[in-house]
Amino acid sequence: MFGPRFWRFGRMIDLGAEMQRLQSEMNRLFSGYIPAHGHEFPAINVWVGKADAIVTAELPGVDPKKIDISVVADTLTLSGSREKDVLKEGETYHRQERSYGSYTRTLQIPFEVDVSKVDAKYEKGVLRITLPRSEEAKPKKISIKSE
Amino acid sequence: MADEKKELQRKETRGSVETERTRNRRVYVPKTDIYETKDAIVLVADMPGVDEKSVDITLEKNVLTITGAVEPDTYKDHSIAYYEYDSGDYQRAFTISDEVDREKIEASVSQGVLRVTLPKAEPVKAKKISIKTG
Repeated sequence: MFGPRFWRFGRMIDLGAEMQRLQSEMNRLFSGYIPAHGHEFPAINVWVGKADAIVTAELPGVDPKKIDISVVADTLTLSGSREKDVLKEGETYHRQERSYGSYTRTLQIPFEVDVSKVDAKYEKGVLRITLPRSEEAKPKKISIKSE
Repeated sequence: MADEKKELQRKETRGSVETERTRNRRVYVPKTDIYETKDAIVLVADMPGVDEKSVDITLEKNVLTITGAVEPDTYKDHSIAYYEYDSGDYQRAFTISDEVDREKIEASVSQGVLRVTLPKAEPVKAKKISIKTG
């Protein structure tokens, strides 16, 4: 199947790690979360824990004061705009790949959020929002009574 | 039009990418804007997750390589519920011409955006020629 050519690739990827990554990606796929690469800006990841959810967004080169974050019950809305570099007269682009413009993203968090304790940090172009569960939404342990 | 400009050739080299990396991470090509001003060529690259300590810029012969290392996001007791991006390192190489003043290259990183200024070497700068009458 693979002729000698296949192995002549200069950069062989680590197959073990790559398989593992593929497997976890497949698991995610079948658990109903479909990755939507490259469609929306900013790209968002959501991490869920027992006490809170962490939402991260890649937003390089944005003034953190101009990022609007609003939370209503279990819905998080992120909006703002990314400014274009203004070129002076006589300056020309050779290459323009970075995107700019206004954006809005709305996400539903899998539980009710304690709005008063939401915390957001912007560091190195990455926005991190911590959304704690509201008291009612915290998982409760139910003990079983024995007769 | 821009293709005619020689100051920064568009060709991307695989450069040091040909060699294998010691870090087993995925490597992404950062989105980059390049513009030319009167005195310099400016390269702006989106590299979310890097700061001035984790970016490396090397100039070897005429290949300018930018690399950035990103620490992966891991949160204790959290599992990923939805994802749209995968964090990884960044690498990209550009071929630059001899018309750049190598000694005066400057770079800065702010809010995950890398800015490299490549000043043009003296003789290349456009000179305005005044026409004498008489």
